[in-house]
Amino acid sequence: MSLLMAQGIKISYGGIHAVRGIDFEVAKGELVCLIGANGAGKSSTLKGLLGLVSHSGDLRFNGERLTGLATHAIVARGLALVPEGRGIFGRLTVAENLDMGAYLRRDRDGIKADRTRAYELFPRLAERNKQLAGTLSGGEQQMLAIARALMGRPSLLLLDEPSMGLAPLMVRKIYETIARIAQEGVTLLVVEQNAHLALQISQRAYVMESGVIRLSGPSHALARDPQIRAAYLGD
Amino acid sequence: MNRALDGLRKRPRLTAILLAILLAALPFMMGFGLGNSWVRVLDFVLLYVLLAIGLNIVVGYAGLLDLGYIAFYALGAYLYAWLASPHFGLHLPFWLVLPIGAMLAGLFGVLLGAPTLRLRGDYLAIVTLGFGEIIRIFMNNLNAPFNLTNGPQGMNLIDPVSIAGFSFGKPLHVFGMTFPPTYFYYYLFLAFTLLAIFVALRLQDSRIGRAWAAIREDEIAAAAMGINTRNMKLLAFAMGATFGGLAGGLFAAFQGFISPESFNLWESILVLCMIVLGGMGNIPGVILGAVLLTAIPEALRYLGDFQRATLGHVAVDPADLRMLLFGVALVAMMLFRPAGLLPSRQRKREFAAEDGVAEQEQASLYDARA
Repeated sequence: MSLLMAQGIKISYGGIHAVRGIDFEVAKGELVCLIGANGAGKSSTLKGLLGLVSHSGDLRFNGERLTGLATHAIVARGLALVPEGRGIFGRLTVAENLDMGAYLRRDRDGIKADRTRAYELFPRLAERNKQLAGTLSGGEQQMLAIARALMGRPSLLLLDEPSMGLAPLMVRKIYETIARIAQEGVTLLVVEQNAHLALQISQRAYVMESGVIRLSGPSHALARDPQIRAAYLGD
Repeated sequence: MNRALDGLRKRPRLTAILLAILLAALPFMMGFGLGNSWVRVLDFVLLYVLLAIGLNIVVGYAGLLDLGYIAFYALGAYLYAWLASPHFGLHLPFWLVLPIGAMLAGLFGVLLGAPTLRLRGDYLAIVTLGFGEIIRIFMNNLNAPFNLTNGPQGMNLIDPVSIAGFSFGKPLHVFGMTFPPTYFYYYLFLAFTLLAIFVALRLQDSRIGRAWAAIREDEIAAAAMGINTRNMKLLAFAMGATFGGLAGGLFAAFQGFISPESFNLWESILVLCMIVLGGMGNIPGVILGAVLLTAIPEALRYLGDFQRATLGHVAVDPADLRMLLFGVALVAMMLFRPAGLLPSRQRKREFAAEDGVAEQEQASLYDARA
């Protein structure tokens, strides 16, 4: 059975229908990406998964229905979000940001071990652990946002456009890290405009357009699909 | 001077003892040095410190801009007057009335918080401002059909605080000296203020304090951390309002008279100015702001005497001059110390130059290549 199972998810803001009934699933250990252009409804979908905006439809995580739950209750069930635009706490230090990621955890030793692991994954954060997060560069903030989300030991990590606003080299570095996190057994759902990168690292992908899923399948197949190549890969 | 301060920092116990002696002796120093009216000023300083600490929980910790804070002060004061004055013929003891007043204010804090959960910044400020005015206007008009608040005339003959048969309402004569009630209230207010400082400091470093900090920084990210943002925001409103209600009850007992005029918008803005001037989110800064903004206007009253002595007549009304200097002081502070006089570590850093960021971006790119 899939870890995350979404059926007929609809999200609207007043009269605007951002997501018009989509089905998708993520199996345990998978890296799945959701690609599409601006305004396709990708970010809305992620926000809906986390209860940040209300959705209708049937959303199940580990078989349990998430629809209608408040965000903090959904997070407590093992979902974590790296928000669009990173959403780090600018006036807290790097270390304090990481601690905030472990807000729901009480196991002091486990948190300490995970903090050490986060610093191994991102040595740059270790160097700057006492610095205010707002003074970090964009790439470092993205690293911090990912590290912070991992501090909650999520069983599903949601990433909202991790490449946004970053220099190409930094994007590559962030994606190498995402691939590494996936190899270590974390299940990931990545929303991305940069279809090229997303298809390279993911196993499966969904292509969204105007609030519906147009195409889906194994990433390597989609990367060769002429339609995709024309629309997203600039051929 | 600096060396003396350093020395004190290294000896926290000695500092605490010296501070305790200073606080205990302060009303006598003020009373004998400057006259008994300054003991009254001291009492008001403590009340405003209490108010500022309460508002700092809402604005400084949780980042919710509340312009109607004085409404909670009013609720605490009116509840005290209802339960301990001839108005309804009730004369309950202060130790019972004060907690009820604080709890009522806290309840209203939640009532104000609940409909404003989705609002932030300017919109929240406008709604809270409206709330403050609603309470004041109610107090002004609830003398008919049923006389609840006695309208604009206000409520009179409110019972003074009385502890174990000793009433704070009458002056005390000992050793041929007379001590007015302001002395007793000083120690009572000091006890509550110290308690409030203790609670506020503990809250800041607690799980709740961290949740508030996260909400202040980024509400969506805070929710994504698993923080129950709704409850935490309501808790901030309730805690802040509780302190306001407590201060209001103390104010009613101290003055013996309250009217809606004491609870206008200016008071809300004054308390907000105290925490902004002192350094939002930082307790020592908030205390300093409250002390300065209460004591300086009092000191500026002497400008009238000064003009009479030098010019022979009063050229500019000291009251006008006070507002002018107040405005100048605020503008000057925004220019030279935008984060407040004693900013919290976080705010100091926020306002500091961030030259290093561009360099870091370069450095991280270099890392990525390696």
